[in-house]
Amino acid sequence: MRNKSRIQILIGAGLLTALVLTLMLGGCARRPKRLAQGGDVTEAAVATYVAPGDLDEYYLFYSGGHSGNVYVAGVPSMRHITTIAVFTPYPGTGYGFDKTSREMLGRFTWGDAHHPALSETKGDYDGRWLFINDNANNRVARIDLRDFKTRQILGPIPNVSGNHGSSFVTPNTEYLLIASRFSIPLPRYAYAPIEQYATAYKGVVGAVAVDPKTGQMSVAWEILMPPFDYDLGDAGKGASDGWAFWTCYNAERATGKLEVTSTQRDRDYIAAVNWKNAEQAVKSGKAKTIDGVKVIDPKDAPGVVYLMPCSKSPHGVDVSPDGKYIIGSGKLQSITTAFNIEKIQNAVQTKNFTGDEDGIPVLKYEAIKDAEVNVGLGPLHTQFDDQGYAYTSLFVESAIAKWKLGTWEVVDKIPVAYNIGHLTAAEGDTAHPKGKYLVALNKLSHGRHLSVGPSQPESSQLINISGEKMKLIYDAFTEPEPHYAQMILASKLKPIEVYAKEDNKDPNAIWDVKDAKVERSGNSVKIKMTAVRSSFEPNHLEVNQGDHVTIYLTNIEQTTDEIHGFGLADYNINVVIDPGETKTIDFVADKPGVFPYYCTNFCSALHQEMQGYLLVKPKGGAVASSRVHAVGGSAGGSR
Amino acid sequence: MSTTPAAAQPVGLEGKLKRANVFFELPVSLRSRLIAVVAALLLIPSFLFPLYELTLYSNQFPDGLNLYIYSYSLAGGHPQGRDDLREINTLNHYIGMRPLLESDFSEFKWIPLVVGLFFILALRAAVVGKMANLVDLSVMFLYFGLFSLWSFYHRLNEYGHNLDPMAAVKVPPFTPPLFGEKQLANFTVYSYPGVASFLLIAFFLLLALAVWMSRKPRVAQ
Repeated sequence: MRNKSRIQILIGAGLLTALVLTLMLGGCARRPKRLAQGGDVTEAAVATYVAPGDLDEYYLFYSGGHSGNVYVAGVPSMRHITTIAVFTPYPGTGYGFDKTSREMLGRFTWGDAHHPALSETKGDYDGRWLFINDNANNRVARIDLRDFKTRQILGPIPNVSGNHGSSFVTPNTEYLLIASRFSIPLPRYAYAPIEQYATAYKGVVGAVAVDPKTGQMSVAWEILMPPFDYDLGDAGKGASDGWAFWTCYNAERATGKLEVTSTQRDRDYIAAVNWKNAEQAVKSGKAKTIDGVKVIDPKDAPGVVYLMPCSKSPHGVDVSPDGKYIIGSGKLQSITTAFNIEKIQNAVQTKNFTGDEDGIPVLKYEAIKDAEVNVGLGPLHTQFDDQGYAYTSLFVESAIAKWKLGTWEVVDKIPVAYNIGHLTAAEGDTAHPKGKYLVALNKLSHGRHLSVGPSQPESSQLINISGEKMKLIYDAFTEPEPHYAQMILASKLKPIEVYAKEDNKDPNAIWDVKDAKVERSGNSVKIKMTAVRSSFEPNHLEVNQGDHVTIYLTNIEQTTDEIHGFGLADYNINVVIDPGETKTIDFVADKPGVFPYYCTNFCSALHQEMQGYLLVKPKGGAVASSRVHAVGGSAGGSR
Repeated sequence: MSTTPAAAQPVGLEGKLKRANVFFELPVSLRSRLIAVVAALLLIPSFLFPLYELTLYSNQFPDGLNLYIYSYSLAGGHPQGRDDLREINTLNHYIGMRPLLESDFSEFKWIPLVVGLFFILALRAAVVGKMANLVDLSVMFLYFGLFSLWSFYHRLNEYGHNLDPMAAVKVPPFTPPLFGEKQLANFTVYSYPGVASFLLIAFFLLLALAVWMSRKPRVAQ
């Protein structure tokens, strides 16, 4: 009861502060309306205008949330450049239709792409890979930034349930983080009644190892945790290298209406994992195996995990560029807490604990914090610049607070439209942030764009952070739903523009239309096919109903942007092949008849003519099939 | 009717030939020999550079598609992994032009051989030191150069005139430019001799210089 009233007082005080600030700054200034005509508009226009033919300075990789994609934009123009399909079939690039990508997606046709993480070397982006987690189906994916394609999907990862606190990477991409947002009985598919939530349900935090050469991901280890809801994470760096942090809500271990039941305690936790100790525990055999994964029970391996009390229902936990401060934001309060890694390590050494949760020591809050920064209402997530400032998004207040690390002084605030979730600054979560730009990823956008009906896009606002005062300079809109983004200096990426013939290792690739051929063995038909302006070779295929058809389709072009598509009507197939790429299309020709296939990706003046027919002879053999020919390919009545 | 006392000096055609004999028998100076050696050495780097360069500009290819003709091969530009030779062939198929295939050019076999021979002959001329060798070499090389140029022109003409009548796009037969600029459909084509050609020209000019510098009989010491 005392807690409850304290919260009410806090919220009340927060609201009052906001009200006073509003009055002080004047009504208009608090509302992110239009820029003042004249100087501000001109300045913003010049700052964001990228002239035709010119290129942007930064890449912005947005997560697409439940659309399952990753979006790529340029900064400062904020122009959407491309969409990278990750967890969802995407006919635009043929993703999910050819054998490789279809098998990678497995049984899922959607995912919830949340937190993109660029690979790092010594705490800075190295431009090799982009990782992204799937909050829904417990997967992580790796996008190769050489060709901007999803190259691996790992998962469903055993034991992890609701992989939200992911895919943050350690400073040399040794690991990316995974965590359960929705605790369940383990292993997955085990059953326990909801009444046993507090004891029989388990949370998990863990790590996926990344091969430093190939980027290949594999589950490294997991830690059995109390059934809290693990939310967001970040890996330590510099002073805190070797640690990984996750916030959690629902320290109450409550079920039911969590909005109420999980918000009763004054504080939740940040789980601090010493991952070097976790590695050691696994090496020395202290882990048990659950569903094929090495799982550490903290009771068996002291020194692996600690709990840091944090203001209630925290969302973001963000490590400062030097690794010294761990910034935890309790989204129901008006403060963000700066923990000090030295103090944390000191408390660990001196066992300055106030209790434990299932054997996991709880560090004394007062002993590990450096400051509570009065940033404003609903702090969620923090980014950094190159001048020692931190930027915290304020969901409830629809604003961003700029404050100084060390002095803890809030120096500026800017309203955003509206209800900001995450924010991302230029390389703002690395050891060396670039400053200059920050993008506010807002949940609501109403009234800021031409109306498109009730399904509103999200708004992403570009803010210039190079000066003392933050300046809003651009509004952009994205499809649902960016949860986080990464902004990397464009010069760090060197993507290829065609797949060089020499690099194509597909054993079924062919490079000359003369090599195109059809091979039959039994009811299996294998076709080596070429696509080049403006024809497919072979340009018609005859198979029997029930045949297993495999088409190895090579785009034999070696010219930038000469992309071809292979759309097969009625068979629900659309594969897109980039220059120099080979993809495998396989299906059972179960429907008899004549089916056109054609180039779906506009290629040339004779693109329309780039077409052919799949002729599927009905069961019944030659008679029926000659009827097919007799009617000139119109097999409508031959069934 | 000569009034000169040179009865020993025949006149007319015979006289000219005689004087030519004398000229061809002239020994060449050390300087001319050295120039012939330098000329020979210039032939070596000619293999490193293209003889001819064609660049095709269009709106889609503001950086131009490049085709390089070496004395021994045909090569396309490769900006950002693009294969320009493949692209030129792909585009040309629309007008029914035969693909440019290295194997179709016998020149790539005999030109390197001939250049090698000129290298040897230039060294020979330097060692033997007779005007006749230098002149032979210069004349043969001039012929080789003009023949190659004609052959190249003929090739271009052949490619531009033997168009497949079944081609999707019918264009009147044409000859790509041998030297300079020409508009072909949406492409502006530039065709210029490459560094190797200039090396070959330099070879010839040096030989001519060697001849010039030894044109007068030297006074015996």
